[in-house]
Amino acid sequence: MKMIIVAGTPGAGKTSVLVHIIKHLQSRDIHPSVVKIDCIYSEDAERFKKLGVPALLGLSKDMCPDHYSIYNTWEMLEFAEKNRSEMLILETAGLCHRCAPYTQNCLGVCVIDSTSGPNTPRKVGPFLSSADVVAITKGDIISQAEREIFRERILEMNPTCSVTDVNGLTGYGSYELADHFLSATDGSFDNDTLRHTAPFSVCTLCVGEMRVNRKYHRGLLRKINGIQEYTGE
Amino acid sequence: MKTIESITIYGGLNKNGIQERVRKIELKKGDIIGIVGPTGSGKSSLVSDIEQIAQEDTNTLRKVLINHATPSLKERRDPRLKMIAQLSQNMNFIADMTVEEFLIMHSKCRNKDKRIIHDVIESANLLTGEAIQLQDNLTALSGGQSRALMVADVAIISESPIVLIDEIENAGIRKHEALDMLSGKGKIIFVVTHDPVIALTTGKRIIMKDGGMDELINTSAQESVISCDLGLIDQYMLNLRELIRTGQTIEQLELQLTNV
Repeated sequence: MKMIIVAGTPGAGKTSVLVHIIKHLQSRDIHPSVVKIDCIYSEDAERFKKLGVPALLGLSKDMCPDHYSIYNTWEMLEFAEKNRSEMLILETAGLCHRCAPYTQNCLGVCVIDSTSGPNTPRKVGPFLSSADVVAITKGDIISQAEREIFRERILEMNPTCSVTDVNGLTGYGSYELADHFLSATDGSFDNDTLRHTAPFSVCTLCVGEMRVNRKYHRGLLRKINGIQEYTGE
Repeated sequence: MKTIESITIYGGLNKNGIQERVRKIELKKGDIIGIVGPTGSGKSSLVSDIEQIAQEDTNTLRKVLINHATPSLKERRDPRLKMIAQLSQNMNFIADMTVEEFLIMHSKCRNKDKRIIHDVIESANLLTGEAIQLQDNLTALSGGQSRALMVADVAIISESPIVLIDEIENAGIRKHEALDMLSGKGKIIFVVTHDPVIALTTGKRIIMKDGGMDELINTSAQESVISCDLGLIDQYMLNLRELIRTGQTIEQLELQLTNV
């Protein structure tokens, strides 16, 4: 089984790009299963089902969607196996910039929107810097010079990744990405580990505290002045 | 960068999935070709196929060869090895940085000495009314200033043997000067245009229809003569434009056309 984990900020074009890639995979007689993880709402799984691929939607609700997808990796792999798929494609919610959902044995694909400006690659952190493949979308909207600068900034953050320009509307670049998907190694996931630690959040807000006054805050707290302390029993 | 003797475009499919009528176009060093057609006819897609050196991997399934061969993936992607400079239709920058930061960063991408940024500003300011300053914010430039800076940046920093120019007549910059700046000697130049004066100064033109290359027309000797006359009309119109822009009034029409 190949596992492809696709991450990227909301609206970057993950689903549109995947739709094109899946069509290329199908034309090469590969039948992936797709899982979309989101928090509140998503119609993306329906878009995948229209292509005739088995698709599953997971909503994490008030839980961190990346934690949620890690807890459910096993179920997702079983889903793909049950469908006799050679490949599991996992599209993550892409919400915060603190973690990277990739595991060591998956192919980690980061989809990033070039119209978000040339400082974005410096801001998004591990889901860019630990990716194997970076797909840049919406390059047709900006000048060639800005595209080249954006690419340069990505390579500054992740010098070993393979960068592909892709257009979610026309599908340009998706053929090349499909090649990356196909050349991913068939992994065993029994002893797989994350490439980067999951987001840090161990305080009472995590379990439902709503009061903002500082006297109620418990747990591992990090203050804006740089001091980090444990408050509580 | 390697010398480019020729570029060949093999036709693919039009918007209706039918083979485009022009199956092959080959251009040699020094050729200038126009790309014309109604809006939505596929001009910009053709330009983007060329920019990406498509290998039957875009919607149109066109294939582009340089010197009769497929360039390596690195030559197609790495800006330091790129053989193609493109002035797209974009009228504004979106990168949040100063003009200086932008030009320094771009000259680094293209492996150029950063001192050339002063040439870029100087050239850009020849094309636009209000001068651009190095400390200006890129996103705050006007449409004309952005366009002028894009032209100068493509001409100097992205300096390449193949140049793609998409609607240079937009945004009210000095189009003839801009075209001269972009078209050095011995380059292969593609010009997308709606402007008859520019279209007839090219050696041949591709007519686009329904997303496909529909016809290839060589500029006739007569068209070249007409092009010269049109140039006079155009110059007259541009002079009027400058007069009106600078607050002067126009007393009478002084255009004499003997040959028309």
